Amino acid sequence: MARAGEQQAPSDWEVITALKGGDQGAMADLYDRYSPVVYAVALRVLGDTGAAEDVQQDVFIQLWRNPSAFDSARGSLGAWLAVITRNRAIDALRKRKPETDFEDVVLSVAPDLAGDADRSRAAEKVRGALVGMPETQRRMLEMAYFEGLTHSEIAAKTGDALGTVKTRIRAGLISLRKVFQT
Amino acid sequence: MSVHEQFAEDLALYALGALDGQERTRVEAHLGECAGCRGELQQLRGDGALLALSAIGPRPPQRARQRLLDAVAKEPRIRTAESGAAGRSWWGMLGWAAAAAVLVFAASLWKENGALKQTVAAMRDQNAESVSELEDLKRLAAPILEPEAQVVTVAALKEKPQPGGKVFYLRKRASLVFLATNMPVLPANKAFELWLIPKQGAPIPAGVFKPDAQGRASVVNPPLPADTEAKAFAITIENEGGSAAPTSPIVMMGAGI
Repeated sequence: MARAGEQQAPSDWEVITALKGGDQGAMADLYDRYSPVVYAVALRVLGDTGAAEDVQQDVFIQLWRNPSAFDSARGSLGAWLAVITRNRAIDALRKRKPETDFEDVVLSVAPDLAGDADRSRAAEKVRGALVGMPETQRRMLEMAYFEGLTHSEIAAKTGDALGTVKTRIRAGLISLRKVFQT
Repeated sequence: MSVHEQFAEDLALYALGALDGQERTRVEAHLGECAGCRGELQQLRGDGALLALSAIGPRPPQRARQRLLDAVAKEPRIRTAESGAAGRSWWGMLGWAAAAAVLVFAASLWKENGALKQTVAAMRDQNAESVSELEDLKRLAAPILEPEAQVVTVAALKEKPQPGGKVFYLRKRASLVFLATNMPVLPANKAFELWLIPKQGAPIPAGVFKPDAQGRASVVNPPLPADTEAKAFAITIENEGGSAAPTSPIVMMGAGI
């Protein structure tokens, strides 16, 4: 993939296309663009830098081996990588074999996450929405997403009814969505 | 978008992987037959991805970059003429898809057999898992390769036929591949939805898609009912999660051959 002298960074689509062609330089581009997100998610879940580094390595290598696992119909590349990383990190946390195939992850994300500035803006918005939530609701979301707990495990931890846990988690997710619809 | 309220909360938990037991089984069974809830699941997973973005932390250590690039260098792959090219033809795209499929297969073999040489003969010696992967690829390619597959071109109804798509539909396997180019950009909360128009009955959802920045999009093997004869295929603009029935006028359409 030609990069020398380019004014603009290659798009995600161009990077993925180059990966499919076996371009190792494209892997470096991909890493430079998304490793901050991937590593931050893995570290948040695992709380250990070595384990987070291993998950990051696994995610990128899997994409190198099978770049066709991603296509634009599966969502934006940044969001897709974040979800893949979260799932792999939860698997590592629970010391289980990977349960989710890359190809199975399909998602819809409203904000454009291709550029650094786009991702920073989106992250700020999400953090703002989380701060504005009731603490118990935010904790439930975090327990489900970053700790990989099931709703019954969350109910047991918080002492809330199962129905309450369900209602709050859904409402929390929907409120995140609404931040990008206004 | 039509979402069944009785599943709404369980869908949110399922999207986060936080649903277990019988409730999980019930949701999975429902998802198998409800396009509206599948669309909502995609949306909820997207919401979860937003949550992932809230993670803040230090950048990965510099050694991690080198470690990755070293690992990549140990697994070189064959370049294709496709990489970086612009303005591909349909058959070029199919050639690219076939090349990518071969690369995927080869990569899986390398993974399991680091010392294996890159020969077809060696590939045939792989284990049953690799054979299974090859069968999967054949199934995926069937709607494109089999002579009896319906091939339908859909194009814009008005103005210059710049946006275009091809549907490869194999009725006997309920298998479909759709490839599109030059598709226009849609608002963030909207997506295109492909519909199979049967000989009788209402349009059947055949996949929701959003084009990439270059206007390219694809749908591969969406859930479809068995043995359904297609009179035509059509595309409408729907809410991002898709609809169970068309809610807007047809923007592209093609009749079966």
